[in-house]
Amino acid sequence: MTKEEIIAKLKVIVKPYIQDEKAFEDLTEETDFVKDLKINSANLVDVILDVEDQFDIILDNDSMEELLSVKAAIAVIERKLAAKE
Amino acid sequence: MEHRRVVITGLGVVAPNAIGVEDFTLALREGRSGIRFQKELKDLGFSCCIAGIPQIPDGMAERYLNRLQLRNFNSSGILYGCIAGIDAWKDAGLTVAPDSPLDLDSGIVFGTGQSGSEKCREVIYNIDDHQVRKLGSTVVAQTMASGVSAYLGGILGAGNQVTTNSSACSTGAEAVMMGYERISSGKAQRMLVGSCSDHGPYIWGGFDAMRVMTYKHNESPVQGSRPLSATASGFVPGSGAGALLLESLESAQARGATIHAEVLGGAVNSGGQRDGGSMTAPNANAVKRCIGQAIISSGIGSADIDAINGHMTATIKDGMEIKNWTEALGRSGVDFPYINSLKGMIGHCLAASGSIECVSTVIQLKEGFLFPSVNSEDLHAEVTELISADRIPQRALPMELEIIAKASFGFGDVNAVVIFKKWSA
Repeated sequence: MTKEEIIAKLKVIVKPYIQDEKAFEDLTEETDFVKDLKINSANLVDVILDVEDQFDIILDNDSMEELLSVKAAIAVIERKLAAKE
Repeated sequence: MEHRRVVITGLGVVAPNAIGVEDFTLALREGRSGIRFQKELKDLGFSCCIAGIPQIPDGMAERYLNRLQLRNFNSSGILYGCIAGIDAWKDAGLTVAPDSPLDLDSGIVFGTGQSGSEKCREVIYNIDDHQVRKLGSTVVAQTMASGVSAYLGGILGAGNQVTTNSSACSTGAEAVMMGYERISSGKAQRMLVGSCSDHGPYIWGGFDAMRVMTYKHNESPVQGSRPLSATASGFVPGSGAGALLLESLESAQARGATIHAEVLGGAVNSGGQRDGGSMTAPNANAVKRCIGQAIISSGIGSADIDAINGHMTATIKDGMEIKNWTEALGRSGVDFPYINSLKGMIGHCLAASGSIECVSTVIQLKEGFLFPSVNSEDLHAEVTELISADRIPQRALPMELEIIAKASFGFGDVNAVVIFKKWSA
């Protein structure tokens, strides 16, 4: 799965939780889920559950703590996908 | 100490027979039933397979809760409470906006018996399946007792006290008294008060097991809930929410708000499960004391009460309630006030009953009529021995009423009585 494909999937996942439409439209690898998209930190667990379902991976507690930005999410997802193969 | 007058400037209701004050008023005049056969209860082997569930149309929830709030949402009582509460707030001419400034003068007392029973069921299945990490972020908000007041508090931006009370079937009337006291003592200008109850087998099962719900009307749901009747055979479960926006008279007048009625006073107490009281039966002396204290606190005499909106659940306790009223008021026969029970139309909405019935009380005062106490055409002898049969309206009676007393009693031997007065500017 390419980085672009992962980002496209991530955008669909985070859309229900974002509170800053502009930041969402301009989403890049550097975008931070809480600081930029203004996702309520309590909702990060919902994002993580959706990531698990969409990519068919399991995120342990340590991986969950990393998952605060698009860049970090891509890294974690790529690592977990690679481990599956 | 300063003691301020408290008026009602907003109403909202989600009842099994109508949603919204306008249609609910029509339903009250018609004596419309909200009791229907419930296949789910039948399939689960309930003795009582009829109940009152508000008929929420498709798309309605989305007008009250946002997309995020509705994600994985499964708590019918919170939905009913939010609809009724937001309606009451808007009815009072107040605005709802996500970015509204924090309102330090407005608070909430919104009660319930138990929150999110269906959500709790999901949680238990998930946890027992070792899937605690899959619960998501909203389980706590949907299942905590104060969930409904927490949802409303955020939607309305209330900055005064925001809490949930719980006193079984007296919850709704108690919430009115808690809000009334907070305003009358000068601690808040506006209090959104009310209560809600989930629908469904996990709320009602315990009552079915106690054999206090009727099993005789599964083929005739509309006739099933029979308060005051000789053929009453147990209550019919209901669900929904009622809400009232209480406001200090000075705040209401300063805003130019429409005043629906006044809360003159009231009382709450407990029989302590002594002197004949128990977990499930009332201590008659405590009930009478509660009625007496409500009258004294309202600055009226018992002769001033024009009508009573009773608790009257259609169990064997209805006759005892009439006896308590006659003794507490010192009035009987043709001298007894009018009395009716809303439960004939909508069943016993448990924690929501008191607030829905308070809304019906205010509507009667404002619109000038008594709603029919449906399914009481064959009055019980224990009732007619004490009061004249014409005290119980069989059809809607147009009538100017000044003062109505609303009583609710609950498990745990707890009582609440609220005295409402017609508003005349």
